[in-house]
Amino acid sequence: MDQKELFALEQQCIQECAPPCTAACPVHVDVRAMLAETARGDFSAALKIYQKVVPFPHILSRICDQPCQNVCRRGEIEESIAIRALERAAVNHGELPEEKKRPMPKRSGDIAVIGGGISGLTVAYDLARKGYKISIFEAGNELGGGLWKADRDYLPAEVIREDIEVIYELGVEVDLNTLIDHIHLFELRNAFDAVYIAVGPHASENFELERDEYGIIKVDPITFETSMAGVFAGGGLLWGIEMHSSVTSISEGRRVGISIDRYLQKVSVTASRVNEGPYTSCLYTDISGISPRPLIQMGDPDFGYEWHEAIQEAKRCIQCECMECVKACEYLREFGRYPRRYVREIYNNLSIVKGTRYANTFINSCSLCGLCAEICPENLDMGAVNLKARQTMVAQNRMPSSAHDFGLRDMQFSNSDKFLMVRNAPGTAASDYVLFPGCQLSASSPGHVEQVYSDLREQLSDQQVGLMLGCCGAPANWAGRPDLFESILSAWRTHLQAMGNPKVILPCSSCYQVFQKHLPDVEIISLWDFFDTHGLPAEVTSANRTVSIHDPCSTRYESHIQDGIRHILGRLGYQIEELPRSRERTTCCSYGGMMWLANPNLAEKVVQKRIQEGETDYVTYCAMCRDNFAGRGKRTWHILDLIYNQGSDEQATRRGPNYSQRHDNRARLKRQLLTEIWGETMDGSQPYESIRLNIAEDVQAKLEQRLILVEDIQRVIEYAERTRRKLLNRQTGHYLAYYKPTTVTYWVEYLPIEDGFIIFNAYSHRMEVPGSGSS
Amino acid sequence: MSEPEQVWICDNCNIPLQPDKVDVAYMGNAFPVELLKCPNCGLVFIPEDLALGKMVEVEKQLEDK
Ligand code: SF4
Ligand code: SF4
Ligand code: SF4
Ligand SMILES: [Zn+2]
Repeated sequence: MDQKELFALEQQCIQECAPPCTAACPVHVDVRAMLAETARGDFSAALKIYQKVVPFPHILSRICDQPCQNVCRRGEIEESIAIRALERAAVNHGELPEEKKRPMPKRSGDIAVIGGGISGLTVAYDLARKGYKISIFEAGNELGGGLWKADRDYLPAEVIREDIEVIYELGVEVDLNTLIDHIHLFELRNAFDAVYIAVGPHASENFELERDEYGIIKVDPITFETSMAGVFAGGGLLWGIEMHSSVTSISEGRRVGISIDRYLQKVSVTASRVNEGPYTSCLYTDISGISPRPLIQMGDPDFGYEWHEAIQEAKRCIQCECMECVKACEYLREFGRYPRRYVREIYNNLSIVKGTRYANTFINSCSLCGLCAEICPENLDMGAVNLKARQTMVAQNRMPSSAHDFGLRDMQFSNSDKFLMVRNAPGTAASDYVLFPGCQLSASSPGHVEQVYSDLREQLSDQQVGLMLGCCGAPANWAGRPDLFESILSAWRTHLQAMGNPKVILPCSSCYQVFQKHLPDVEIISLWDFFDTHGLPAEVTSANRTVSIHDPCSTRYESHIQDGIRHILGRLGYQIEELPRSRERTTCCSYGGMMWLANPNLAEKVVQKRIQEGETDYVTYCAMCRDNFAGRGKRTWHILDLIYNQGSDEQATRRGPNYSQRHDNRARLKRQLLTEIWGETMDGSQPYESIRLNIAEDVQAKLEQRLILVEDIQRVIEYAERTRRKLLNRQTGHYLAYYKPTTVTYWVEYLPIEDGFIIFNAYSHRMEVPGSGSS
Repeated sequence: MSEPEQVWICDNCNIPLQPDKVDVAYMGNAFPVELLKCPNCGLVFIPEDLALGKMVEVEKQLEDK
């Protein structure tokens, strides 16, 4: 991921876009934050937020024409938030701390402001605070300009005077009763370093500036520069009418201030000036679940909201934000931020040279399920980002082996002689079809695999159906190992070619995804589509029961498979109660992306959340999903349980086999099929495999949790007994031995018995110690 | 006989383990740790709480470095 990619990805997440109210506000009051403080009852904090961008808060909070209200999302439900009234409440009920006497910056430059209306006053305010010397020339006998035309009931004279007082406090020189009309502009320009003309609609003919055909002074719409360098113009004179929007005047004054400051600092006046005035927000907010809350009425409209009324009104604010993906994905929620930040953290993690890589766990915890991309209004796919990050980590030799090791070894087992097997139907030299059950269905329900294979051969009796056992390679892909993944894929390619390019029948949707995406030349069909079109293999008895379907996340965009499952269930007599998230919005069971390995605690939350989404029994069509749910007490069937066994209680509650049993089941399946169908025997078992172990149930559970397999223990004992490298505990008489077959060192506490060994304990670590007999 | 060095003996050499500095390594980093060790053949003892506690912690730190 280079910087350009990072920026593009960051841009894709619009969570940090300003909400509509703030975008529409000409001075961009952070309305959302202000209302959050108000809702908490902290009016002073609210006022602080307001005053940060509003120089004359008493005035503006009374007369602002609040363009923000028109776009307030609350308004789409009933009435928009009373934003100006809440600004006034902040002014009325909040208090600003005594402003700390900080040394004023001293920028040098004399600036003339012609016209003491609110836009001129804003320029004076902003630039005086930067240390410039400001002189205001006002034709009337008081500052305020158009403000004096406002309704006095709304805007009493003392409010104007009090708010404007700050101009004098800032040391601005004010010349009242001074009409500038008769002075030539170039004289003024000579006396000052910059000039701002804000004299209202009727600018003097003496200002020798370029004008349009209606006689209005031409200015740059972004910088407000006129045709004369150092002279800026704004306010009513640009429109030729009296200004009515004081917030627009303030906004323009602010932008003029920026221009003059840059002009005097001799930096680019035009560079990166986007969204300074009002604009349309790019934020997405889903308001579909928000219930109506009526506008809070004021007890005393003259005073405005009482504090308790203001709190209630502020609570109506939706606090607009996107966060759609975070709401949907437990993983994104777990780390407390959102993709725009995550992308940046991932980038930092990958580009860091020295120091801690904080995002390793984050990157490896994603299930790569693609739900975020489906949900995001901008289709940002964090799964794809994380997969790429993993590949980069592997390429940099920075991938912690602990993250995926166990899963990769499981895959290796499946693609070793223990399980790997490719056969045409007995007595044939090529296949029209080949069943590829995958590693997990074979581990979880080897009996079903045998059944399906024999039924397929019957259903396709006039064609040749071969069998291919192994792991599709998905874990290598998830682990960010494209080289390893490709070598597995190419093995499948070779095998299939040798079989005469049969059509591959796939029960597992993860395999389906791998074949479809990465072996595009191979013809495939999901077993469920096959059953849907060719008919069910077993006799149908009507179940007349309601179930919910968990679509595996790898079927997200395979609606034909999802349909097939629903048709099959219909034929079996099941009514379907769809889960709130199904089909293209389905969630991962926590097996995807090897989340369960990198972050077991998070995986637990993910499964728990999913099984709590529906009351009825679940049906799914991925063995891992089923085992994950049923293992935590959620009654869940694999669709094959319903097809072949009418959905018995025993099958709904059956815990899946443990990790060692999964290996055994695969190996046994291969041995059995080889003997029964092809009349072959398996040879070449390792010496350690015949070591018999006696493991109590509580020890067994510990091993499972520690990801220690029976075969790991067998290897340690075989090594220790052969080499006599073991320790003896003189208190217990137990032996303790350690051995490191590949990357992990296993320790086993044991005692020999008549026909094997009792296992008392086992643990492991990755750090390498001397004497571990590593090969 | 409750001191660990009196409890553990090397089965092959038939002598008690003794504390010694042992080099452990992970992800290209090596550092000495005091462990019980057979003075003759070098077999070491890593107790369960060390393997599952401190060692995992250090492994994680090195992985994130
Ligand atoms: S609901 Fe709140 S955050 Fe959303 S637009 Fe309205 S005031 Fe702004
Ligand atoms: S859905 Fe998520 S990634 Fe997409 S814009 Fe919203 S917060 Fe950002
Ligand atoms: S777990 Fe799924 S939804 Fe969540 S970030 Fe990863 S790919 Fe996206
Ligand atoms: Zn020894």
